[in-house]
Amino acid sequence: MTTQLLKVTNLVKNFELRLNNGARRRKRIVQAVTNVSFAVEKGQTLGLVGESGSGKTTVGRCILRLIEPTSGTVEFEGEDLGSLKFEEMRALRRKMQIVFQDPFASLDPKMTVGASISEPLTVQNVPGDHTDKVIELLELVGLAADHAQRYPHEFSGGQRQRIGVARALALNPALIVLDEPVSALDVSIQAGVVNLFEDLQQRLGMSYIFIAHDLSVIRHIADRVAVMYLGKIVEIGDQQDVYEKPSHPYTKALLSAVPVPDPKSERARQRIMLEGDVPSPVNPPSGCRFRTRCWKAQDVCAQEEPVLLQRASGQFSACHFPET
Amino acid sequence: MMAEKVLQIRDLHVTFDTPLGPLEAVRGVDIEVEAGELLGVVGESGSGKSVSFLATMGLLPTRARVTGSAILAGEELIGASPKKMRDVRGRLLSMIFQDPLSALNPVHRIGDQISEMLRSHQDLTHRESGKRAIELLDIVGIPQPADRARQYPHEFSGGMRQRVVIAIAIANNPKVLIADEPTTALDVTVQAQILEVIERVQARFGTAVVLITHDLGVIARVADRVNVMYAGRNVEQGPINSVFDHPSHPYTRGLLASLPRAGKQRLKPITGFPPNMLQPPRGCAFHPRCEFAAEICRGDLPELRQVDDLQSACVRAKELPRIGIFV
Repeated sequence: MTTQLLKVTNLVKNFELRLNNGARRRKRIVQAVTNVSFAVEKGQTLGLVGESGSGKTTVGRCILRLIEPTSGTVEFEGEDLGSLKFEEMRALRRKMQIVFQDPFASLDPKMTVGASISEPLTVQNVPGDHTDKVIELLELVGLAADHAQRYPHEFSGGQRQRIGVARALALNPALIVLDEPVSALDVSIQAGVVNLFEDLQQRLGMSYIFIAHDLSVIRHIADRVAVMYLGKIVEIGDQQDVYEKPSHPYTKALLSAVPVPDPKSERARQRIMLEGDVPSPVNPPSGCRFRTRCWKAQDVCAQEEPVLLQRASGQFSACHFPET
Repeated sequence: MMAEKVLQIRDLHVTFDTPLGPLEAVRGVDIEVEAGELLGVVGESGSGKSVSFLATMGLLPTRARVTGSAILAGEELIGASPKKMRDVRGRLLSMIFQDPLSALNPVHRIGDQISEMLRSHQDLTHRESGKRAIELLDIVGIPQPADRARQYPHEFSGGMRQRVVIAIAIANNPKVLIADEPTTALDVTVQAQILEVIERVQARFGTAVVLITHDLGVIARVADRVNVMYAGRNVEQGPINSVFDHPSHPYTRGLLASLPRAGKQRLKPITGFPPNMLQPPRGCAFHPRCEFAAEICRGDLPELRQVDDLQSACVRAKELPRIGIFV
């Protein structure tokens, strides 16, 4: 029996947009994340997928309170993060770390790799000399001890991402948010970094929230998958269920749009071609947000917002006309 | 059956002078594009796939040294005068890029931008070119084309902008359309739409398409033939099914094996790193990362040779077991 590490309930994040439109000044709200709820078990990986503007990155940042949620609660090991004071939150961040997408932007070019990796230890006032710890971390992520004295520009993208991972691991976190951690890497390098995440999880037992738009990577690494569309979770369930018998039409369309690297099956595939683009989160469609592109949409979809309902064991979807 | 070759690139070299010395980004590339085909060009960043075609288009900065040959419909493009290249570009050869917004002029209406392309190569009145522009918008799947033609680029979504760019590129019915990562910046559901537009254009006008991408899934979906590049060289080329079913080059195998597939089996990355192009490895540039590397691989630069139904630049291609990736 696994235990819950993180519980997110009705998370909402609105961004205010100030538009200066000549003489008129208007305020508009971007509903980046609307009523998102999910849980992450200890030692498990939750994959968060969605297209641009789906709110997946905002969810990741709200969990760490890198941005303040508008409403909703985030509980970590049973503690409500929203109620914590700044200093308390800072102490708790030891247990929650993040790895960003761009390995070129996330490392300070003027700091040695060793200094970057030991910075979290210094910030959190971990006593003693950190040299041994840095070497241990470098070796853990597949780099060499003498890399500590070098600077980020001496490393390739894949190596830099490993440095970012070493830094995230420095404080032995229980949860790491991985925000598109392999999207900037070439495919041959990507595989090694994905393997590294798996190995580390097996050895150290932390949980991951793996945010990506690449569905095949998520399929490979995630235990549970949440599919987001325009700020909402439209489907959540075990990896195998979501991929093999998707319940929400959007999930089905998304899966069918991803080209697989096999010419024969790729050409034999029945494909659902969605029309148009994702609508603007400033003015999302009423009712079901996917209805403007959905081939199953009826009047009820515009009037009533569908709620997440259980369709199979552990699989939930928010649709009036689910596939399963 | 010999298909007509519309574009023949031979022994193309591109060198940039950098503060650290000359960098040869393209080191003797041969690519043939057959009439009406969809040729996929794959490779990772720095493999020279984009630079090869930018050189063919005459779009590299003057500090780039380009040698070799690129013959399009009987005309040599490498070393051609800027005036001649201006005439070739858009009429015989067009190119679209990853970011459609930067390819469009923000202060001109979409319809006018298509008309401009039409009138720069054809003797048309404004009225005729305007009408043709609307037809082109319709062909690339833009709803209400007559209204949309009067709008500006910022009023279009990313996917719609890429359609507009395709409309401009095909306006004069070029022989070859080069698409450099045309769907990389787009969401997958929109990517599917754009690939469909490209296929439709190819079928309707018989345009040969060169699709440059790092995404093997996209290649598998639309390409007739594939050309795999590594470290500024072709390493393998052949019909799509052959390259994916029984690749002859260890690099192609490595690429295909590194992709995540259904099921949880462990991924197989290619060991090591892409080479530093200031000092590429001797012989086959892939040998430091290759599990089959032998002494012979460190010798001369390997050329493409016929191996069954493929052309391979692996000197050991015939000795290596031709195992399928898809079992």
